[in-house]
Amino acid sequence: METTMTRRSFLQKSSLVLAMGALSGSLRMFNVSAVQAAADPAFKPHAFLEIAPDNTITVWVGQTNLGQGTHTGIPMVIADELDAAWETIRVKPAPAADPFKDPVWHMQVTGGSTSIRHRWDLLRTVGAAARQMLMEAAAQKWKISVQKCTTKDGRVIHPEGKTLRYGQLTLAAATLAVPEKPKLKTPGDYHIIGTPRQRLDIPDKVMGRTVFGMDFTVPGMCTAVVARPPRYGASPDSYDEQAAMAVKGVLTVVPLENRVAVCAETAYAAMTGRDLLKIKWSKGSMPELNDAFIDTVFQDHLEKEGSAAKSTGDVQAAMAQASQTLTQQYKLHYISHAQVEPINCTAHVEKDRCRIWAPTQGPTLAQMTASRLTGLPPEKVRVEILPAGGGFGLRGEPDPVTDAVLLSKDLDRPVKVVYTREDDFSNDYFRPANQSRITAGLDRDGRITAWSHQVAAQSIMMRIMPRHVQNGIDPDAVSGTVDMPYDIPSHHVTYAMVDLPIQVGWWRSVGYSINAFIVESFMDELAHAAGKDPLQFRLDHMEKGSRAYNILSMAADKGGWHSPVPEGRARGIAVTACFESFAAHMAEVSVDKKGGITVHKMVCAIDCGTAVFPDAIRAQAEAGVVMGLSVAFHEKIRFADGGVKTSNYSDYRVLSMSEVPEIEVHIAQNNLKAGGIGEPVFPSVAPAVANAVFRATGVRLRELPFQTDLLAS
Amino acid sequence: MITLNVNGKKRSVDADPGTPLLWVLRDNLGLTSVKYTCGISECGMCTVLIDGEARRSCIVYLDEVLESEITTIEGLPEDHPVKVAWIEKQVPQCGYCQPGIMLQAADFLSREPNPTDVQINAAMDNVICRCGSHPRIKEAMHLAARLAAKQGG
Repeated sequence: METTMTRRSFLQKSSLVLAMGALSGSLRMFNVSAVQAAADPAFKPHAFLEIAPDNTITVWVGQTNLGQGTHTGIPMVIADELDAAWETIRVKPAPAADPFKDPVWHMQVTGGSTSIRHRWDLLRTVGAAARQMLMEAAAQKWKISVQKCTTKDGRVIHPEGKTLRYGQLTLAAATLAVPEKPKLKTPGDYHIIGTPRQRLDIPDKVMGRTVFGMDFTVPGMCTAVVARPPRYGASPDSYDEQAAMAVKGVLTVVPLENRVAVCAETAYAAMTGRDLLKIKWSKGSMPELNDAFIDTVFQDHLEKEGSAAKSTGDVQAAMAQASQTLTQQYKLHYISHAQVEPINCTAHVEKDRCRIWAPTQGPTLAQMTASRLTGLPPEKVRVEILPAGGGFGLRGEPDPVTDAVLLSKDLDRPVKVVYTREDDFSNDYFRPANQSRITAGLDRDGRITAWSHQVAAQSIMMRIMPRHVQNGIDPDAVSGTVDMPYDIPSHHVTYAMVDLPIQVGWWRSVGYSINAFIVESFMDELAHAAGKDPLQFRLDHMEKGSRAYNILSMAADKGGWHSPVPEGRARGIAVTACFESFAAHMAEVSVDKKGGITVHKMVCAIDCGTAVFPDAIRAQAEAGVVMGLSVAFHEKIRFADGGVKTSNYSDYRVLSMSEVPEIEVHIAQNNLKAGGIGEPVFPSVAPAVANAVFRATGVRLRELPFQTDLLAS
Repeated sequence: MITLNVNGKKRSVDADPGTPLLWVLRDNLGLTSVKYTCGISECGMCTVLIDGEARRSCIVYLDEVLESEITTIEGLPEDHPVKVAWIEKQVPQCGYCQPGIMLQAADFLSREPNPTDVQINAAMDNVICRCGSHPRIKEAMHLAARLAAKQGG
């Protein structure tokens, strides 16, 4: 990202261009307008915001477009502080570059619902700084004090009413220094944040114009399909290269470490050739791995002594004094991301540079991976982030980058690596399975006095960031257990790390997506054991007036918790606090005699602080319900013979149209710092439904997906 | 060379007659709005209209469609009620599945101009959208039906 390269992308010479550069680790704003002296090349700034003389305003977004609305939400925040007219805003995708790294995580990554919440101050400051520079430019022209100027809809306004459009001021503003601490708006002055807007990427998606990773082409490119081991730890003993080469369009067969790539003129030829390789694979590292074997391993780990993740109070003493205790076990199976666009990556390795085009959620990791494999410094690896057909955490994995870079290096031409759907299922980094056991003690008044919780699960962090695993604790494995939104005087959580060769990775809301089902189901069991209303029982264990308390109350109020339930139906409720947001769901269900569950209605209440882009929040909340129900009812990966047995959507059912209930979304109104949205709206869906099913039938569902055969009467 | 009728134009392709139409459209004609996802007719993302009927192009072979009119999402006019409704209701999230779903919706609405929720559920129950845009697909189909009625009237 040399300055010259950055410059070339600027629209007009007399624009005001604010850039970001990383200086001694922290991000700083620079004025890199063409009229300004050349920036110190060591800073490697990249344009962030350009205000052009024709009044168009361009915002570069370094986040991945997964359809979550970020490519509209980020410009909304900047445009609001800038007092821009929304119609003048354009958005451009940024490549992997220091200025687009997460200011908290210091990596460019789209995950953890961070896109806005980790940039809340940064984005507002950029907009506010540009606004102040434009006001100063106007004040100089009018020879008045800048304090007398105001702004509205892309104009600076003189106290006597005359105005200058931003485009008329860019040349003058471009000569000014960037203010260090521009004044930020008070929430009452927002005119774009929190307002109804249309997503900027939707028209192209509707017209079929969006180029996803799978659709990307570059001249001279070939397409590769890679045969990967069908069993963990296996490698090819033999294969029929000639059979693959005989397919029209197949160019070459390239063996890689433990896999074989077929490269062809077209994706179809590569897939056809790959299927003809007839590879004989070695046995792999654990040929005995199958569903029953996995279940035994987890049960063993429930009995093991776990590492302490939380130990508040004296659980043993509190249990001894409890008026009643309750113990239950829960089980969640491995599930797939099942994102619809198969995994892919295009790479072109040349002598002195490498280019990557990928729908990646982890551009920095992609850049580092290509740098390591090519020996080129990271700044010689340009990563273009393409729109992604879903991701849910999987697209942070660099495997496709590795294959594309290795093959491009080998073939000396651009190579696009594509997965088939079968490749996607068998090579997914699944949401980890989990078995947990909780014992709790209740006092005579029905208050929880002790909570002892053992989690058995594989660790994601051990593979990705082992330094974050300390004293045997993977923080993601226990998230949602150690920080549940309830005050319990004696609270112990232990973690028994399961060691299996199954690939596990980040999946929407990570630990919370798993542990919230367990905690919120068990809270419900305790409420019933205490003879209390499940809503009141939860509220009784929360700080009154806290955000979790309020959002749970909101879901109950909006969902009519206290109103009569329609004949034959029952209600359940659940709440979670994660990713700096608070969400609660109320489910209304009925169960037929055969055990068939119908979810009639889901009410979601969400407090994500300042609701920047309400319609995108609503869309994410609807999506959280659909995905949450899908996981509750259907999703389960099966294993056999040392590898993944599930191969396609035909044996991995996801929720369908007729199963989607009426969904209500209620957004809490406040002016707090923006929190996450994509992930917090997911975890409390499944437990709300299980809790409703219990009220309808008296049967407790302690496994995901639900074992509905338990409900047949 | 084989000649195909795609979006009202004659297109020549050099492909084996037994090639799935999906790959002919993507690899040979560059019509990448037709998406590959499952390859076994489970998801609906490769749906195109063949003589007006929604078909999954991963299981339709080139030699079956030589006499047919093939329509991809590019072939629906920009003011087609389905496209207008999809924007108005802000349906897509990632958007990868939407061209196929929109074409299936367009075919259904041409046969059922005033559908109920139950009919929409039945007609669209066999498509996959992992993002969970289902509630908005339903709303947009009702809106598209109303828009089509206005245009027709």
